[in-house]
Amino acid sequence: MTLKIISHGLSTSIQDLGRPGYFHLGIPMGGAMDRFSLRVANMLVGNPEDVACLEVVFLGPKIEFTKSVIVAVTGAELPILVDGEPRDTWSSFEVKAGQVLSFEFLQAGARAYIAISGGIDTPTALGSRSTYPIGALGGVDGRNVQTGDELPVGDSSNSKAGLSVDEKLRRLPDTPARLRVLPGLYWHRLTEASGNNFFSDEWSVAPEADRMGYRFKGGRPLEFVDREQPFGAGADPSNIVDGCYCYGSIQVPGGKEPIVLHRDAVSGGGYFTLGAVISADMDFIGQLQPHAPVKFEKIDMAGANSARAERKQMLEIIRKELRQEPKTQP
Amino acid sequence: MTTILSPLPGTFYIRVNPESEPFKKAGDAVSVGDTIGLVEVMKTFIEIKAEVDGTFVEYSAKDTEPVTAGQNLAELEG
Repeated sequence: MTLKIISHGLSTSIQDLGRPGYFHLGIPMGGAMDRFSLRVANMLVGNPEDVACLEVVFLGPKIEFTKSVIVAVTGAELPILVDGEPRDTWSSFEVKAGQVLSFEFLQAGARAYIAISGGIDTPTALGSRSTYPIGALGGVDGRNVQTGDELPVGDSSNSKAGLSVDEKLRRLPDTPARLRVLPGLYWHRLTEASGNNFFSDEWSVAPEADRMGYRFKGGRPLEFVDREQPFGAGADPSNIVDGCYCYGSIQVPGGKEPIVLHRDAVSGGGYFTLGAVISADMDFIGQLQPHAPVKFEKIDMAGANSARAERKQMLEIIRKELRQEPKTQP
Repeated sequence: MTTILSPLPGTFYIRVNPESEPFKKAGDAVSVGDTIGLVEVMKTFIEIKAEVDGTFVEYSAKDTEPVTAGQNLAELEG
């Protein structure tokens, strides 16, 4: 045991890159809401990129270490303290046995990723340590981390302090955040004017935003093309006869407030989906605070693919940079 | 003068429900651990508690309005 959770903050969970392959059974992939930041956190401490980290939402935990390890914190700007002394985010640093890692108030973003050399070594469920509380899978006995927990950490021989990621390669959303959307199968259900409004209006993150989905408010209600609802679809024009949902798909119950499904999404249901946020921008959603302003931007499949390639390229640049000798510490 | 800061982003409330009195009014005595407001985030209400004793001066954030982490919520004297 090397991690003692003195306080768990607001919502701290064990996450890796998730458990793909079971969505057709209703079990979501899960995993880090900001996969880019989790991968980079692991790179900084010399772990394979898919190793389990702590995903921290808004409020930092307080953790005592019982073994000396290398730690890195990426994602949200959550100022780091080791025994009260500041450390840099997006950088690797040593925490000695007996020292306490804590955090000051959040400055930007929403989710920070704490990677520890060797990784968190709780039992896997369906091939992943990611916490899916609704299905009681992964994490600590199927739940989030709680005050008083002791978390096992694996062994590592590959880590060093003093590595850092260039500021230009750290990824957080702009203000307003730009979320690129590929219109989907049911786009034709919207009037042309209403489709245009969706992309021209400014939205903001509603209080109902979590790992399952992010709800947005503030834009004009949708207007649907008139039709006789098919049998089984229900009377509301935002309803369909059930369909499959993909990660990032946007449903709009009652035509009012769009919900973007995220890592712990349900796999299907009876709401029409107007399209999906592209994979390259899903990480940004995980970094949005409540009330954060958002613009949806229309993109086509070619644009979505090149955005995905760009994001992969960014990760490849970081991989190369971190293979170099560590920068000298100030 | 002591300020009480929001530990996290969300929506600030100065009363338990719309019909209630505010947690504190100007001149009220405040003891360590007294709740002075609530911040709602992810469908959870977090109680904001005083960490020092003093006398309540005023709320610096507005009821039902968005707040950011580190924002000044209320001021105490003494």
